[in-house]
Amino acid sequence: MSQTNPQQIEYNLKVVRQFTVMTVVWGIIGMALGVWIAAQLIWPELNFDTPWLTYSRLRPLHTNAVIFAFGTSALMGTSFYIVQKTCRTALFSDKLAAFVFWSWQTVIVLAVITLPLGLTSSKEYGELEWPIDILIALSWIAYIIVFFGTLVKRNTSHIYVANWFYGGFIITVAVLHIVNSMAMPVSFTKSYSIYAGAVDAMIQWWYGHNAVGFLLTAGFLGMMYYFVPKQAERPVYSYRLSVVHFWALISLYIWAGPHHLHYTALPDWTQSLGMVMSVILFVPSWGGMINGIMTLSGAWHKLKTDPILRFLIVSLSFYGMSTFEGPMMSIKSVNALSHYTDWTIGHVHSGALGWVAMITIGSMYYLIPRLWGQTQMHSVRWINVHFWLHTIGTVLYIVALWISGVMQGLMWRAVNAEDGTLTYSFVESVEASYPFWFIRFVGGLFIVAGMLLMAWNMYRTIKAGKPTTETIDVAPREAATPSA
Amino acid sequence: MDYITWRSFYTVLVFVLFIGVVFWAYSKGRKKKFDEAAKSIFEEDELKETKQDNTKQESKDNE
Repeated sequence: MSQTNPQQIEYNLKVVRQFTVMTVVWGIIGMALGVWIAAQLIWPELNFDTPWLTYSRLRPLHTNAVIFAFGTSALMGTSFYIVQKTCRTALFSDKLAAFVFWSWQTVIVLAVITLPLGLTSSKEYGELEWPIDILIALSWIAYIIVFFGTLVKRNTSHIYVANWFYGGFIITVAVLHIVNSMAMPVSFTKSYSIYAGAVDAMIQWWYGHNAVGFLLTAGFLGMMYYFVPKQAERPVYSYRLSVVHFWALISLYIWAGPHHLHYTALPDWTQSLGMVMSVILFVPSWGGMINGIMTLSGAWHKLKTDPILRFLIVSLSFYGMSTFEGPMMSIKSVNALSHYTDWTIGHVHSGALGWVAMITIGSMYYLIPRLWGQTQMHSVRWINVHFWLHTIGTVLYIVALWISGVMQGLMWRAVNAEDGTLTYSFVESVEASYPFWFIRFVGGLFIVAGMLLMAWNMYRTIKAGKPTTETIDVAPREAATPSA
Repeated sequence: MDYITWRSFYTVLVFVLFIGVVFWAYSKGRKKKFDEAAKSIFEEDELKETKQDNTKQESKDNE
């Protein structure tokens, strides 16, 4: 190597550390809220006759906390880490990155305050009222500037595939949020959507399903394409497949929304289009899953000893499972059985707990020691315990809701042959669901217990280490790549 | 061009572009570059390792 006075740049790991800690904190809060409302379904008294503790107000708080607090903090933190590492440069602007962190945390705190107060635009996954929506937009625009600004000033010629997925996610979420949140304010805390009727419903689910497709899928696939190869210590199975995977995924997902509106006032052709596009989505989804899992080909033995890799690879298995289940459920005749039942909630959680949470937890276990100058977490054994707690919890959750979902669907459609009247009343299906709701609640306890163990493990790791400062030599561009 | 014609044209265009991406990604010319890109995330580790290896080598020579 040439020793010609290399120009050194220091990575901004501070903002990554902040997001990492908040990911774990919000993970615990969001998942504990989920367990609480799961318990309310069995023991309704747990709302303590207090309006702001009722299921109707805590449920949106739970979804906002896990998707936008836990999930999005993880995405912002990891994207800032990966974009610096793969582009061999520091973030575009440290001040703007700090603004992204603090404004995003403010959004979440405002959600924690306003949602229990009942201030809501009542759009699912977009409940926050207009002043907060504006803050979200500002925060997101700053995020776009920092991420893409870093890509522009990169010291590499190629943009690594993980950044493509993050980039696709960041741009699309901005478009989705701004279009879906268009509203007419009537006061500081109340607004009405500018869309009406079936158009409003279509915009809502165009937003809702692409929040799944771009935030909960494309973003986390970016995480997958970096942390799986890194932890497995081998390059991704097929880089070519990852390129095709990216373009196929982003060009198909955007059409899938109408499958949330089967048999509604939405035009029939739109429903059928949504169904067909959702079924085709199976192909790129499984292409990506196979690409991730096969990265381990020839090194399967690592799964025996490495619980972090176990988190990452099992997350891909759950991803494969839910992206098979999703297209199947989008078929109109299957949807006629599954829609409005627990099956949908089970499906969402096999994606959320299995895929999103596990890939995040695995990535955090990779990051935490590296961000605080350690070689590994305080206790690798605890990671393994967490892995089993989380896996058992997730399996209990989704199996219970599969059974209750199919049961509800069958009970609701059952008619008496003689006179065509309904065999069961709605309340009878609720009563029959109790045992499964209890199993779901127990599964949730397992998951929160695992998250608490993770927090303790993180605390001990941070306490034992000190913040990493990492620099990179950037002066002569050629010298950065080994001549071999 | 009316609305329906435009949408049909657009659908075919996107399909052709996608097929183009597949051929481009799997063309022989891209293989080397993509292999390099896939390995690029390990470069920093290699740099560190070679530094460590060098020191090991030196200590052996000294013995």
